[in-house]
Amino acid sequence: MSLSRREFIGIGTAAVAGAALAPGLRLVELAQARSPDEAVTSLQRWGLLVDINKCHDCDACVTACHEENGIQSHGRPATDAQWIRKVTLKDKQTGYVQSLPVMCQHCEHPQCVDVCPTGASFKRADGIVLVDKHICIGCRYCMMACPYKARSFVHEVTTDQKPHAPRGMGTVESCTLCVHRVDAGKIPACVEACNKDGNQAMVFGDLKDPNSAITKQLASAASTQLRPDLNLNTGVRYRGI
Amino acid sequence: MRRKTSIIAGVIAALAASLFAAGMVRATDSAAKSGGLGPVVKIHRGEQCVEPTDDMRRNHMKYILHQRDKTMHQGIRTTKHSFKNCVDCHADPATNSVLGQDGFCSSCHEYASVKIDCFTCHTDKRDKDAVAAVPETSTVKGAKP
Repeated sequence: MSLSRREFIGIGTAAVAGAALAPGLRLVELAQARSPDEAVTSLQRWGLLVDINKCHDCDACVTACHEENGIQSHGRPATDAQWIRKVTLKDKQTGYVQSLPVMCQHCEHPQCVDVCPTGASFKRADGIVLVDKHICIGCRYCMMACPYKARSFVHEVTTDQKPHAPRGMGTVESCTLCVHRVDAGKIPACVEACNKDGNQAMVFGDLKDPNSAITKQLASAASTQLRPDLNLNTGVRYRGI
Repeated sequence: MRRKTSIIAGVIAALAASLFAAGMVRATDSAAKSGGLGPVVKIHRGEQCVEPTDDMRRNHMKYILHQRDKTMHQGIRTTKHSFKNCVDCHADPATNSVLGQDGFCSSCHEYASVKIDCFTCHTDKRDKDAVAAVPETSTVKGAKP
């Protein structure tokens, strides 16, 4: 088959026009539908936006997280694992009290990764900071390095773990942003619970996707990172602090 | 006299050696047939594993180690060589576990005296909601367990 010059230009123009028209929406679709055999890429960065003005005296996110990831209390609050916790802020001048959930902030430049001697603490290409418990030696450097106190050490023998959330004595763990759910195209358990039983204070999404709800909300009003002075560029942002 | 004694000793040694060898053969045979002296390994589901049985016996740890790093670091969650899929398929329907006296993993590991580290972190129970991916028997060639 031979093409005339005119036909060639026609087909070429149509192809270019198609590629130019589609991209925004098309890329989002592809991003959502990553197949199980595809590796994560840095084309995405997962993040959370928590609106403190909507967050009240409720712990739906904490309960949902612990239920989802099989975190059981041993009745020893000082050493029990804590992937997400509610922190209360009080303005001493005015007495105004705020409550906010704090979990791993999924930093772009995570200090826990910098200090890890084995490479167990790592950041995935899509921005989720995790502990590879297969190579964690339980030294707890990362716990000391984290400015958000996001990590916990498992002191006790664990049983009845969830199949998607292995946890074992002698390793460090923290919020995984429900990586097993994110990989399946779902949202983290805390966000789902907040939307359903809580106060709709949390938004989850891709910070690199200009059309995602989280990017639009971040662009439309002020938000802040916890400890912005550390320049960690956290993936979790807060509004109303 | 001395010569006679040494001949008798030699015969006894040869007999012992042949008996030992026969025992070993029987043990491996019975292991393969899941009875007798070898470990009793109960296969509960499917005709075939994800790879030929002989390959799985020798190399299962390599497959799950390779998959482990891909899942952990790259988010690749294919089921074929996933640890979760092993447990979902091989758990005993009565106990839902791969451990315990007749557990799929523990029965053989105890026989071979090889410690399993997996279950200090991973659950030994099948995911109640999951349906294990069983490979099509026609596509996999290999010895039956």
